[in-house]
Amino acid sequence: MEWLARFLLGGLIVSAFAVIGDVLRPRGFAGLFGAAPSVALATLALTELSDGKEYAAMEARSMIAGAFAFLVYALVCVYLMAKKHHRASTTTLATLVVWGLCSLVLWALFLK
Amino acid sequence: MKVRLNLASLKQTQWHEYLTRFLLGGAITVVTGLVARYFGPVVGGLFLAFPAILPCGATLIEKHEREKKRRAGIPHTIRGRLAAALDARGAAMGTIALAAFGLVVWKLLPHHNAASVLAVALAVWLSLAISIWRVRKLHRHV
Repeated sequence: MEWLARFLLGGLIVSAFAVIGDVLRPRGFAGLFGAAPSVALATLALTELSDGKEYAAMEARSMIAGAFAFLVYALVCVYLMAKKHHRASTTTLATLVVWGLCSLVLWALFLK
Repeated sequence: MKVRLNLASLKQTQWHEYLTRFLLGGAITVVTGLVARYFGPVVGGLFLAFPAILPCGATLIEKHEREKKRRAGIPHTIRGRLAAALDARGAAMGTIALAAFGLVVWKLLPHHNAASVLAVALAVWLSLAISIWRVRKLHRHV
């Protein structure tokens, strides 16, 4: 039941922020919503209930490192699409590896 | 350039594209929970900043822009990719605010009511994201 709640809440919040990004212009401003705390809101709300405040706070601390990995990922995407004119779908999916690697490095340096 | 609403863009998105985003969002949230369960909250927390919206959003922007140009009789264009890059640039600015969201929750959650902390963190995220965008816009015009 807990996992179904996570799935539904996560799906709803991610969709809601994505729709807000769809209808806003200019494009650069709408892009801010591409980095909305959608997964974080769904997860932290339910984690606080199931595992307590300290556990959820610890997740939020790691989230800061994840956000900086996201910054590197987004800048690589901008470079590949704007300068090299690569397709958006392949660029944004393939470079998720960049997010993973940066997260791993930041975890090893600051959180481990 | 002023911020405005373009509700017509909702019609460009097809029902299966909305469904895909819902399913992906749900799946990523479940995976985040599973990672935290098996590897602990420190590793699981990294996934709270997983780029869940950007890949789908950028792909749809490129597709819609390409279709618009094709209807106008322009078969080959990089305009879609440039529009997707603009979206990603906005997301890059938003990540600083995303880190601030995490910081607020990390510092305040142990001592305060969870709903209030999440509301405050969301307000900090939104106001900081807008401020960064405005400063960047101002800087580009100077």
